[in-house]
Amino acid sequence: MTDATKIGSPKETFAGESRVAMTPDSATQLKKLGYDCLVETGAGLAAGFTDDAYRAAGVEVVDSAAALWERADVIAKVRPPEPSEVERLTPAKTLISFFYPAQSKELLEQSSKTGASVIAMDMVPRISRAQKMDALSSMANIAGYRAVVEAGANFGRFFTGQITAAGKVPPAKVLVIGAGVAGLAAIGTSTALGAITYAFDVRPEVAEQIESMGANFVYLDFEEQQQDGAATGGYASVSSPEFREAQLKKFRELAPDMDIVITTALIPGRDAPVLWTKDMVEAMKPGSVIVDLAAERGGNCELTKTDQRVVSDNGVVIVGYTDFPSRMASQSSSLYATNIRHMMTDLTPAKDGKVVHNMSDDVIRGATVAHEGAITFPPPPPTVKAIAAQKPKEKEKALTPEERRASELAAFKEQTKFQVTLLAAGTVVMLLVGLVAPASFMSHFIVFALACFVGFQVIWGVSHSLHTPLMALTNAISGIIVLGALLQVGASGFMVPLLSAVSILVASINIVGGFLVTRRMLAMFQKS
Amino acid sequence: MSVGIVSAAYISAAILFILSLGGLSNQESAKRAVWYGIVGMALAVAATVLGPGSGKLWLVLLMFIAAAAIGWQVATRVQMTEMPQLVAALHSFVGIAAVFIGFNAHLELVAVQAMDEASRAALTGFAGVLAHKTGAEVAILKVEIFLGVFIGAVTFTGSIIAFGKLAGKVDGKATKLPGGHMLNAAAAAISFGLLLIYLAGGGMWALIVMTLLAFFIGYHLIMGIGGADMPVVVSMLNSYSGWAASAIGFTLGNDLLIVTGALVGSSGAILSYIMCKAMNRSFISVILGGFGNTTGPAQEIEGEQIAIDTDGVAASLNEADSVIIVPGYGMAVAQAQQAVAELTKKLRAAGKEVRFAIHPVAGRLPGHMNVLLAEAKVPYDIVLEMDEINEDFPSTDVVIVIGSNDIVNPAAQEDPNSPIAGMPVLEVWKAKQVFVSKRGQGTGYSGIENPLFYKENTRMFYGDAKASLDKLLPHIA
Repeated sequence: MTDATKIGSPKETFAGESRVAMTPDSATQLKKLGYDCLVETGAGLAAGFTDDAYRAAGVEVVDSAAALWERADVIAKVRPPEPSEVERLTPAKTLISFFYPAQSKELLEQSSKTGASVIAMDMVPRISRAQKMDALSSMANIAGYRAVVEAGANFGRFFTGQITAAGKVPPAKVLVIGAGVAGLAAIGTSTALGAITYAFDVRPEVAEQIESMGANFVYLDFEEQQQDGAATGGYASVSSPEFREAQLKKFRELAPDMDIVITTALIPGRDAPVLWTKDMVEAMKPGSVIVDLAAERGGNCELTKTDQRVVSDNGVVIVGYTDFPSRMASQSSSLYATNIRHMMTDLTPAKDGKVVHNMSDDVIRGATVAHEGAITFPPPPPTVKAIAAQKPKEKEKALTPEERRASELAAFKEQTKFQVTLLAAGTVVMLLVGLVAPASFMSHFIVFALACFVGFQVIWGVSHSLHTPLMALTNAISGIIVLGALLQVGASGFMVPLLSAVSILVASINIVGGFLVTRRMLAMFQKS
Repeated sequence: MSVGIVSAAYISAAILFILSLGGLSNQESAKRAVWYGIVGMALAVAATVLGPGSGKLWLVLLMFIAAAAIGWQVATRVQMTEMPQLVAALHSFVGIAAVFIGFNAHLELVAVQAMDEASRAALTGFAGVLAHKTGAEVAILKVEIFLGVFIGAVTFTGSIIAFGKLAGKVDGKATKLPGGHMLNAAAAAISFGLLLIYLAGGGMWALIVMTLLAFFIGYHLIMGIGGADMPVVVSMLNSYSGWAASAIGFTLGNDLLIVTGALVGSSGAILSYIMCKAMNRSFISVILGGFGNTTGPAQEIEGEQIAIDTDGVAASLNEADSVIIVPGYGMAVAQAQQAVAELTKKLRAAGKEVRFAIHPVAGRLPGHMNVLLAEAKVPYDIVLEMDEINEDFPSTDVVIVIGSNDIVNPAAQEDPNSPIAGMPVLEVWKAKQVFVSKRGQGTGYSGIENPLFYKENTRMFYGDAKASLDKLLPHIA
């Protein structure tokens, strides 16, 4: 036997749980990271992975759970550990599983006392880098798919509309409430089967995603701005009572038309909101199906019974199973095992079979709930925001006419203030100059000030691309200085006419050259 | 011609000049605008020559003919890439003219003051105006002369140095004599002292010494400003030449000179302001020369510059749908605008969207790149300003940077310690692929490393811009 770090997966003890945290495929990858792999005998059987398949992948099959917990340094499992399992942890061990630390305080307490490190797969932060280990999303994806399949099994008719020789079949109408990962998966599956699919979500920014999956987004005529999903890590937040009322009203309108309703509305850390009330169920046609993916947390439908399939008085089937991923154990095990494998990759930066628990890494820090004897939950907020903040849409339109008028007025006042200050200062300067200067000077000075003013007004309008012609033109025009020389050249004597003549020459070169070159440049500008 | 008709002509000329400048707001009306300017100038000169106060017509005509010949020669021969030098050189003419006219005004004043009452009353023209001035008016006149000569002299040497730098005859680096700006300040202070002496009856020598000092200020001021800041310098000198004309207008009591000078002066001032804003630098810091001090070490640049050959560039261009070309001073130096235009024509013929992104301070003169592209017959409606096109880079397939460096430097946004931090730049690195046509691995004018060259989506297309493009052209389908 080598003394490399060992990763082991026990058989799940929870009743009805068919998934397993390690598959032969993931074991092959884990070995590349330098780990040895162990698995309890029969652990993968329910998910379709035999002990022989594991052995073929180089995994050591261990006879009992006790032996596995004893020998493995890293234990990867699916469901949260039982208290009896926690007892087997030691400070050197690391446990990776779903943990739900917010709901299971005592278990967390007990785990931290053992000194072991506990990584909760449900606590992986929702940032782009961590998507490959986001087990909640991979499980939700399966649940969404399975919900439609489950609904189909309980629904007595086709999803797609058909016109056959035996008559016309109308298409089924499906409403998906909550467009998270599960909701979107359900939408995709439902539209693929041919049903007319509607979807609703409290976060208006997901409308685009819903429509991209081929469903119709159910718009609410409601003024309130929902909190930006980006601020809550991409999850929905609690809505106001008014908003809830508007939402229920819309659902009541839709209820009689819908054949299948799939509810996936969950708010992190809270009971599922009741969105499909008893009267809505009663309004539905007999034979309709409701699949409540929130059943584990009380259900979105008032009549849901957790883990049961019930039929209402008017013949509506309400499915409240909570083990959709486990019902597709092979698929969910391979996805979950891949998530675990990615987590191990992040924990093994050197790929040398040594676990490095880097608590300054956002992802590892976020998922770790117990470390070196201390509880490290809840984690500090990640430094990287999950989703870019939603851009405020058409903010200008959102302004009421009064607000717009107010802001325009403020800008106007600001401008007026600035101009008045400038004018006042200018006037004061003028007055001060006028106090000492003779009248002949003042008249010229006023002309000068006005010309500066006109110049400033005019030049701002000049197009950027014409700045070079502008310089050449102003240069030509500044040759106007020739007038001065022209006025002096008539004087008697020798020196003055000579200097004037030279001035006339150079200033005229300026004029002629400047204008000609400007014309040459402007002639070149042409439109395509 | 009577004084009234001359005044009327002056008013028309002033209005025509204003219309002329205003007409430059777009390319089409600009063609009309230049005629307004020409007619205005013709009116003003004709009215002055034929009006009261002038004389020696034969001399004036001789000078005009000589000037027209020289001006025509210069204007038709100059290469478009040499525009900055030409403009700078022409500014120096206005400067020296202002100096001479100022001297003349002084000489006339002295002559008039030496006359007795009877002969004074008989004087006409400028001398006549001088003869009727009171004591206070004479004092003001002296200040005006002094100012006009001072500004003119600074403009003269400043423009000559700017010309030398732009033409490559003077080293483009910012150089200062020991003592730096203290020398300028001292020269200015002494000039002010000379003004007081001149007012107290100091005579011609005070004027001449001041002129020499102003010559020195103009020389030293522009020597201390680097080549990349030339757009600001040229517009600043443009402004000065206007103020010089205005000051001379005050001296001579000529309103048209005052108006026109003020128009030109404010135009140059606004251009300088726009250029400074485009570089995120204050006017003062440009004038004081050199780049500001950095506040810390520059960010380390990771990666390496990866070169690419003609075939690689051609393949990418043939696949691309949208292309943006960013020209800079390097294009002007290599005279590559014709090759660029040819490339544009070919790409457009292949149905690709080709546009140009012009940074306000690209080149050595405001609007320099626009003129070069126009010369090469690139239609002006695909030549866009930075603000118009900056948002389009992320959706662009290929950006070709031709001879520009600092204006596409991402350090301006990413590295707060960079000397150009905060300067608005063209965000070319956001495009899918960037090709940089550049002569070698050296840094840009400002000597700042450009992280763009090390980015993953950047490929360096080494070689003279014109030669590279000529090699590339046959490969474009």
